[in-house]
Amino acid sequence: MYNYEVTFIVDPVLSGDEIKATAHVYEEMLKNEGCNIIHIDEMGLKPLAYPINKRSSGVYYCYEFTSENGVIISKLELALRRDERIMRFLTVALDKYGVKYNADKRNGLIGKVKKKVKPGKKEDGGAPVREAREPREPREPRQSAPAPAPAPVVAAPVVEPVVAEPTPAPVVKQEEE
Amino acid sequence: MASKDDIKFLSNPTIGKTKKKYCRFKKFGIKYIDYKDADFLLQFVNEQGKILPRRITGNSLKYQKKVAVAVKRARHLALMPYVTDLLK
Repeated sequence: MYNYEVTFIVDPVLSGDEIKATAHVYEEMLKNEGCNIIHIDEMGLKPLAYPINKRSSGVYYCYEFTSENGVIISKLELALRRDERIMRFLTVALDKYGVKYNADKRNGLIGKVKKKVKPGKKEDGGAPVREAREPREPREPRQSAPAPAPAPVVAAPVVEPVVAEPTPAPVVKQEEE
Repeated sequence: MASKDDIKFLSNPTIGKTKKKYCRFKKFGIKYIDYKDADFLLQFVNEQGKILPRRITGNSLKYQKKVAVAVKRARHLALMPYVTDLLK
């Protein structure tokens, strides 16, 4: 018992029915050869990282299946290679971790990497706090403005002892002389 | 006179404190690297789409080899570019 995964890209110029029919041909082929199809992943129309056959996008399909022996692979690849509607394909033998990963992914246990979401939340959370603080700041100076007025009154008595201090100072000087 | 508080800003405090690199696959127990997940694999290539070396990614040898295979498979399926500029 071997686990395989075949991914192929179908020409996007074909109509929707033709694309589905193309994918269905290989599904039937695998079934007729006694393979057990575990999962069919229709990844849909995706832009290609580089042009293939002068096409800039492609329809991705991924079949995961098990086979008693690997004889089917050479037949399948030959058929894929001959088919003009298939732009690119890749067959991979899965190890036990790959089988487990695909099962987990189907059950939604594996999340996608989302880096851009976190900074967005911080900006949303930070903005309202800053807006709330700004209106408060102008109010505080108004309340504090009357506060300096009593301060000079308090300061005035403090000045008097300072004036009184110089008197003992000359006394010290006189002693030194 | 420069006090002790002034002197501490004259030298970079991060010099000499190397952040220990680690293998994320070993640390988080990731056993399988999916070649179809191009967003994840983007972390292991530079702006030209070249695979980054272990000394930068910190991957263990076992997983660096798996990353390299996954990137190459993704390139074959046009999920990642072979050569490009300004990938990130």
